[in-house]
Amino acid sequence: MRHKTGTPPAERPPRLPPETDGAAPWLFLLPSLTAVSVLVLLPFLDAVRRSFLSAAGGRFVGLDNYRAVLENQAFRLAAWNTLRFTAVCIPLLLAFSLLLALLVGAVRERRGIFKTSFLLPMAIPVASIVLLWKAVFHENGLFNSLLRLIGLPEQNWLDSGWTFGVLVFTYLWKNAGYDMVLWLSGLSGIPPALYESAALDGAGAAQRFFRITLPGLRPTLFTAAVLSLLNSFKVFREAYLIAGGYPHRSIYMLQHLFNNWFLQLDTDKLCAGAVLLALAAAGAAALLQGLLGRGDRP
Amino acid sequence: MVLSALAALVWAPLWLLLSGSLMGAEEAARSLGPVLGTAEGAAVWPLLPLYPTLGPWVELLLDSPAFFAMFWNSCGQVFPVVAGQVLLGAPAAWALARFRFRGRRLVYTLYVLLMLLPFQVTMVSSYLVLDTLGLTNTVWAIILPGAASTFPVFLMVRFFAAIPAALTEAAALDGAGPLQTFLHVGLPLGAPGILSAVVLGFLEYWNALEQPLAFLKDKALWPLSLYLPAVTAENAGRTLAASAAALIPPLLIFLFGQKYLEAGIAASGLKD
Repeated sequence: MRHKTGTPPAERPPRLPPETDGAAPWLFLLPSLTAVSVLVLLPFLDAVRRSFLSAAGGRFVGLDNYRAVLENQAFRLAAWNTLRFTAVCIPLLLAFSLLLALLVGAVRERRGIFKTSFLLPMAIPVASIVLLWKAVFHENGLFNSLLRLIGLPEQNWLDSGWTFGVLVFTYLWKNAGYDMVLWLSGLSGIPPALYESAALDGAGAAQRFFRITLPGLRPTLFTAAVLSLLNSFKVFREAYLIAGGYPHRSIYMLQHLFNNWFLQLDTDKLCAGAVLLALAAAGAAALLQGLLGRGDRP
Repeated sequence: MVLSALAALVWAPLWLLLSGSLMGAEEAARSLGPVLGTAEGAAVWPLLPLYPTLGPWVELLLDSPAFFAMFWNSCGQVFPVVAGQVLLGAPAAWALARFRFRGRRLVYTLYVLLMLLPFQVTMVSSYLVLDTLGLTNTVWAIILPGAASTFPVFLMVRFFAAIPAALTEAAALDGAGPLQTFLHVGLPLGAPGILSAVVLGFLEYWNALEQPLAFLKDKALWPLSLYLPAVTAENAGRTLAASAAALIPPLLIFLFGQKYLEAGIAASGLKD
């Protein structure tokens, strides 16, 4: 179908390419758009609406829910923990996976085995590692035995401030492979000619890394950071299965809090908190875009 | 060297799980008792079981109806989710990748934003919508929202957009309509993208935890991801076998689909 204007075709040159493809794309989109609207978009808009209503009776209460949430001690703790986890994990993951990608990219043979190895944790279900993690990180577990062997102090890794560290480790273990593949694809997008001419100009390895590799990876950095942020919320699975709904306070995160509010039917607080979380996530993405996205268009 | 050491760190859990699942019930209880609160001293996890036995596997496969029920629950939720993602997502991705129309940019941006929403943001409202539709506490409460996830659409758009325009134009010149072009050019050439979405979707939903926890009250409907944590010294051997068994489907998908997994990850990182 062509875009119809009232004018006879003879008076105007045929427009190429056509402005729109008519109804066909909407027919392709229809099933998905319907499902997404009902099951994703509508619930989100409803959550925004409910954040301004009282849980009982549904009266409009303005910003009261937001005030209650921001004054809530549990929310403050959970928000702080989530922020701290994100701020520690994402830079650590990005740096570590970049190192992996550079190392894996440098080996010629058996590159496939290393890629498989580092992607493997993605395939290991959360539920399968629960018992193993307990055996390793419990007070009487394997890791403490190892520490005792080399003379370092033992810790209760699953129920102390150190639990945070265990969760960080788990997140890195699970996600390093994903980010490594992102980096590898970013590295392959840098034209080799750049390195060759730099080598001719006498640039050393360090100079080539800082002048060519890092700037060339800038667009990858943005998407890797956003996808890592997205995946960081899923660490709740590990945390929940290993430590339950009320873990040590160092890893009590927004996901725990929201889950508990959900079970207690605190819908007003939950919706206000959820909107704040969505805003924070969007804000973080926009901030990353501002910091890193400009490298896209020279 | 460094790489080999790191790779070993990754393989170790897998090895321990498989070897652990061959420990007899007694050995498992003795080795892991200290971390399960039934024994003093330190836990041990032998690199190879002292008395390897298939006992736990036999017990799991022949004498654990609960495990089987949850294993099938998982399958009955994951496969429909992934199939739904392809059925809904592939045509939508085709439209977003290959057509020009008003609102294309808007729909695409909306999909990306919704993809970034953490599950917990819409938990209550999703529950209420599903409840209105009469779907809570049924498998559809997991399947339908999963199928409507926008991440696979986002992924497939990248693959469909990379198909050379000359091919679709040639099909159009041969008189193929939009639907025929999609079925005969888009689907075959976009197959790697679809498979990428399938592999990533499978690995994601095999681990689904938030959704069943919130939407399924009836524990008889729970998937395997919620079965394993209830472990005691008595059932440690069987739980180890169950942990290893739960690993098999995603591991197979991973080993056969690694190429597509990598392609999918790389595509998720492309800039627009």
